[in-house]
Amino acid sequence: MAQKYDIKETEVWDGNYAASQALRQARVDVVAAYPITPSTPIVENYGNYVANGYVDGEFVMVESEHAAMSGCVGAAASGGRVATATSSQGFALMAEVLYQASGMRLPIVLTVVNRALASPLNVRGDHSDMYLGRDSGWIQIDAFNAEEAYDMTLCAFRIGEHLNVRLPVMVHQDGFITSHTAQNVHPLSDDDAYQFVGDYKGVDDMLDFSRPVTYGAQTEEDWHYEHKAKQHKALMDSRAVIDEIFEEYGKLTGRNYKRVESYMMEDAEVAIVALGTTVETCRVAAEELRAEGIKAGVVAPRCFRPFPFDNIREALKNVKAVACLDRSSPGGAMGALFNEVSAALYTTEARPLVTNFIYGLGGRDFSIKEAKRIFMEQKAHVDAGHITTPIQQFSGLRGPKLGFFETKRS
Amino acid sequence: MIEIRWHSRAGQGAVTGAKGLGDVVSTTGKEVQAFALYGSAKRGAAMRAYNRIDDKQIINHEKFMLPDYVLVIDPALAFTDNITENDKEATKYIITTHLDKESLIKEIPALQERADRVFVVDCMQISLDTIGRAVPNAPMLGAFVKISGMFELDYFLESMKRVLSKFPQKIIDANMDAITRAYNEVK
Repeated sequence: MAQKYDIKETEVWDGNYAASQALRQARVDVVAAYPITPSTPIVENYGNYVANGYVDGEFVMVESEHAAMSGCVGAAASGGRVATATSSQGFALMAEVLYQASGMRLPIVLTVVNRALASPLNVRGDHSDMYLGRDSGWIQIDAFNAEEAYDMTLCAFRIGEHLNVRLPVMVHQDGFITSHTAQNVHPLSDDDAYQFVGDYKGVDDMLDFSRPVTYGAQTEEDWHYEHKAKQHKALMDSRAVIDEIFEEYGKLTGRNYKRVESYMMEDAEVAIVALGTTVETCRVAAEELRAEGIKAGVVAPRCFRPFPFDNIREALKNVKAVACLDRSSPGGAMGALFNEVSAALYTTEARPLVTNFIYGLGGRDFSIKEAKRIFMEQKAHVDAGHITTPIQQFSGLRGPKLGFFETKRS
Repeated sequence: MIEIRWHSRAGQGAVTGAKGLGDVVSTTGKEVQAFALYGSAKRGAAMRAYNRIDDKQIINHEKFMLPDYVLVIDPALAFTDNITENDKEATKYIITTHLDKESLIKEIPALQERADRVFVVDCMQISLDTIGRAVPNAPMLGAFVKISGMFELDYFLESMKRVLSKFPQKIIDANMDAITRAYNEVK
């Protein structure tokens, strides 16, 4: 039996350490992993727990991230609780197997420390890898700081393994800004954490020889479409389960999470929609602007997949201008958050003015000052009654300004 | 909010120092943040570590900072790095050097108008004498405790013992000596 860890009420942990402790507390049966910056310490710490007798499960070192996720698929299909960690290029190499995992309805937990994708090579945080996973059929939950990386990892097991869900779950945190920043974290004791996560409940385990099953079967035009539709429905239906588990976790910890987080939105006139640590930095900016009489607020999809179309509409129903911030190179389109938020808002009465900012690629700093400038630009749109800038702009870019598309008003 | 910027070379322990400081500060009920910018991420390369300390939860994640304290733990970086970048009227400097304060300030023009806020301590020599290796982070913490007045020395030593509890007693004792010596010697 694994030893228990001595955990203080307040710890100073970085996001990687927080995630690795959550994996340990969930008593994962199999971790198959291949370390990559900046998520390496999750795997490294977990290896330490194994070596020092804090883990009863198996820890499998493999030759690549493709093999890591393949190992996870095998172990999960066999009938165990399974988790791993990755970032960036490792995530890209896993991509093929991510679709296998979700298609086979295996509730694997993947802690993703978000990092830019090469080329040029860059180890810093942006959301390119998170965006790469957005059609993979996984639930994607986003943590904005180290404590949330811990909280969301514990919740991820409950959500993915729920008998009405049975889908793999990614928990995202920002590379370096969360993963390597130590902050006050208030973890649960080993017993309380495990009591929350609970024992793994097997469904169609391959190692149940009394009831043989097949995983990864071939289906052509006869059944593939029905499988995919069912999978999509399971993702959509997971919304209610996510709400339920967040509520239960809130009762346990006093930390109440929602699929869409709203800050200072009650009377907000202008809003920023963002992901990751930027959400918190924008909250500081909004607070400072409120002291100057600007009604600024922040909206953040905690749950990136399934996309909270309904809650986004609700959160932004009374604002006049919205800036959607995308920390991923959009590759010849508008940013994904802009597209999805705009689509949601197009079906509302208010139809606020929506603009798009690409920012922070490859770890470029996003400052409070810049967040305030973006808020003020939204205010200028509101005062003018139309968008006064290009619809898509690049924030924090050196050299000449870069922007695309004007509103057509004639 | 108190903000601290460490100037260091990768391998000298600025990240460990910043995290250790965060650990101790958290025991006083305050909220902390400790992070680093690694530059080229090679041992010996110039890098910076940062602390934020506040009474309420720290939700600012920008790297930009107007430091209240600048801690320089590599003697050469006082000359080659821009240690006064984004400083404030009251920013205090604690610099590791074998030189006396006057000689150091004479060599670094940027420090001349800040002379009343510059403090020196030889963290390199202290760590060589006590720990046996050039690891200037622990002595810098001792100097910081003295200059900031944030803690009583005894409270800080007791808390650091807990932070270092996984290490052998010999190493803990050496670190306590290093912190105490720097506390007494910083000028």
